[in-house]
Amino acid sequence: MNPMRMRPRANITPATIDRRVFLKATAAAGAGFTLGIWTGVAAAQASSPAKAAGSAMAGTFEPNAFLTIGRDNSVTVVVKHLEMGQGTYTGLPTLVAEELDAAWSQVRAVGAPADARLYKNLAWGDAQGTGGSTAMRNSFEQYRQAGAAARAMLVSAAAKQWNVPADAIQVKNGVVFHASGKRATFGELAEAAAKEPVPPSVTLKDPKDFVYIGKHVPRIDSKAKSDGTAMFTQDVKLPDMLTAVVAHPPRFDARVKKFDAKAVSSVPGVRYVIEVPNGVAVVATSFWAAKKGRDALTVEWDDTTGIRFSSADIFAEFRKLAARPGKVARNDGDAAKAIDVAAKTLEASFEFPYLAHAAMEPLNCVVRLDGTGCEVWNGEQSQTGDQQAVAQVLGLKPEQVKLNMLFAGGSFGRRANPASDYLVEAASIVKALAGQGKRGIPVKLVWTREDDMRGGYYRPAYLHTLKAGLDAAGNVVAWQHRIVGQSILTGTPFAAMMVKDGVDATSVEGASTLPYAIPNLMVDVHSPDVGVPVLWWRSVGSTHTAFSTETFIDELAAAAGKDPVAFRRALLAKHPKHLAALDLATAKAGWGTPLAPGKAGEKRGRGVAVHESFESVVAQIAEVTVAKDNSFRVDRVVCAVHCGLAVNPDVVRAQMEGGIGFGLSAALHGAITLKDGAVEQSNFHDYPVLRINEMPAVEVHIVASSDPPTGVGEPGVPVIAPAVANALAAATGKRVRSLPLKLA
Amino acid sequence: MPTFFVNANRVDIAASVPGDTPLLWILRDNLNLTGTKYGCGMALCGASTVYIEGQPVRSCRVPLSSVKTGAEITTIEGLKSREAQAVQSAWEKLDVPQCGYCQSGQVMAATALLVKKKQPTDDDIDAAMVGILCRCATYVRIRAAIKEAAKSLG
Repeated sequence: MNPMRMRPRANITPATIDRRVFLKATAAAGAGFTLGIWTGVAAAQASSPAKAAGSAMAGTFEPNAFLTIGRDNSVTVVVKHLEMGQGTYTGLPTLVAEELDAAWSQVRAVGAPADARLYKNLAWGDAQGTGGSTAMRNSFEQYRQAGAAARAMLVSAAAKQWNVPADAIQVKNGVVFHASGKRATFGELAEAAAKEPVPPSVTLKDPKDFVYIGKHVPRIDSKAKSDGTAMFTQDVKLPDMLTAVVAHPPRFDARVKKFDAKAVSSVPGVRYVIEVPNGVAVVATSFWAAKKGRDALTVEWDDTTGIRFSSADIFAEFRKLAARPGKVARNDGDAAKAIDVAAKTLEASFEFPYLAHAAMEPLNCVVRLDGTGCEVWNGEQSQTGDQQAVAQVLGLKPEQVKLNMLFAGGSFGRRANPASDYLVEAASIVKALAGQGKRGIPVKLVWTREDDMRGGYYRPAYLHTLKAGLDAAGNVVAWQHRIVGQSILTGTPFAAMMVKDGVDATSVEGASTLPYAIPNLMVDVHSPDVGVPVLWWRSVGSTHTAFSTETFIDELAAAAGKDPVAFRRALLAKHPKHLAALDLATAKAGWGTPLAPGKAGEKRGRGVAVHESFESVVAQIAEVTVAKDNSFRVDRVVCAVHCGLAVNPDVVRAQMEGGIGFGLSAALHGAITLKDGAVEQSNFHDYPVLRINEMPAVEVHIVASSDPPTGVGEPGVPVIAPAVANALAAATGKRVRSLPLKLA
Repeated sequence: MPTFFVNANRVDIAASVPGDTPLLWILRDNLNLTGTKYGCGMALCGASTVYIEGQPVRSCRVPLSSVKTGAEITTIEGLKSREAQAVQSAWEKLDVPQCGYCQSGQVMAATALLVKKKQPTDDDIDAAMVGILCRCATYVRIRAAIKEAAKSLG
């Protein structure tokens, strides 16, 4: 069964199968075998993985079940990462299929349950979750090993049955066969293979033998996502389920003073009105009843603790801070001194607004609390943190919180929130219901688009100031970069690892890691506590640092009278990945050749940017046309990406296309603003996002590489805004230094 | 009691269901047809696109009371036309979807376009699809897949 192809029905089978139940069911039905694989790369490389794995099968060591082969010949890969569009439900099964020599048509994907011991993100340490463009990077060895071990067990079972040496057996496209003419499917061998010992070690394929990795493999989820059958959290329906809509305070940190629910009780379908820590929940038999109930609710807020300032006030404070030295993130040479003696200096400041993630599926989750624990259905991006947060609200142990990971209708980071905000809210509602003796009622919490837009956890607003010096020959001799903006990680469990000496790595990444060879370079940061809830947003620090650094280097090139590509190349001699991406993009874009002219009165320009994030380097060349009235369009983007081995080149291309569109959306339109402490935007009319008529033609080229795979979900995003701004400067001579981009 | 047809099945809505309930929530909460999505509730994103009498509408802004007796409503679950099949197979062939949440609306709008215009231009595609948001920005492939579908329809 492929859960992703299920049609929703009254009593749904969750997309995630409880592994223990599943193992038991499988054994009882004799339907196939579930392979227990050791946990993690480190363990796999230890001296005796077989012993660990063997005891795992005996039950004394918890096995890590990455795949199941059914008697029906299905190969079901348990994917530990959230599918939110980036393609991981195709990517990780590709790794298994490759080493298993499965036929792609027999491969299925299911989401892993929450169990950090088994499914932790190896790039994160001990936590299970999805983010930082790490899904492929941390799974590349692990999932291939799982496939290779299963293949060895199938072969060994066949060798016994056919009485031939194992090394005379071949496996191809899902069929096990021998020169004698004997052949069997995986399904036919599954039960026998389950009795074979897990091999002490596996040899992974030589890359030249890859049949899937690096080739075209169609996405597993395209069909279900084209015919309406793909299941999202919004689509979950459980018996007796109620829907909750919550009235949230108009200002962050405000609290409920009192509320009047008299008018609510007359709304048909409304069952309960419950105060929760961040508002008042109306719980009803349908979404519409809950929403109408909320409309009828009168809440008096105590906002004496809420913030009352506006975006302009925030930037005024930021500008004051920018006049003073901050915490040092990088300090090479003596930038201040070098600027003093430079032949020419340039200064610029940049402003970046708050940004909402605004995924198409507004935030939601389903929670049910019963006598033994709690079960959650969610586009689950942060299992370990969410398990702990929900458990804490409900007075349970984390392992009593069962998480069903469903497809997320986008996330862009929003569903991985260290505060677990919407899950905590839903847990508070079921807790209150249990307090009224209504234990066991599943509740679907639905945030409306307005709730989602105004609910905080934005990409922080930032102010950057940059100062640089050129010598008489036009070489960059000094670079001073100051960043002012809220820390994302301070106060979260990630702080211990990622905030050092007052410097939040996510505030300065891309700036403190500037690749250009500049002898005197200083980056410092102020992280004021503003009180607006902030969070990572697809490509995190690079969303702003790529813009300021890549437009400022362009200004320096212009000041030095040099070609912007040649100027960058000269400073990137020690960065071969940057050079490879830049060279591929410029060659494919025809950099240096004249652009076709626009219509009368139009100006055209081409701009370049290159930036590394999540260990991948992306270069983009944008072509723009500026009309007489200063409106502009982005016509074409040529993108080159160096992401190591491209496991699925078409998915890599899709992520670059989508990343460019996502980045362009923010570049053209994105701004969350505060007025008197309240968020001014509410829906897509006042927080417009990119529509198809604004999408440029995009060409993606992948740098050929056999390096281990690096990130692709995020690295395409941050490069487009500076490429477009540089193209606008090329067309008009005007430098736009604040986002969203407006030509005066 | 409002009576109409959804995907050729007769639907009788109880009189107790409020007339201001948007068709979207009738489809999703009452009829379990969850392929049609909630995205904005203001006809701004197109995720709730269905057909009434063959015309694409944003069901989040269609109150139950405005649905005429006997009206024929088509949702993604009932999409069966030759054009729809061409669109869905092009969507699969080009791997258009990423997160997939908006794609029912995209497929509905693209199919309606091809029913109206056999060989749409880029401008036709932009005009027909501009109301359907995709935060994954699958727009490049949406354009290509509509052309692919048009080609396959001949």
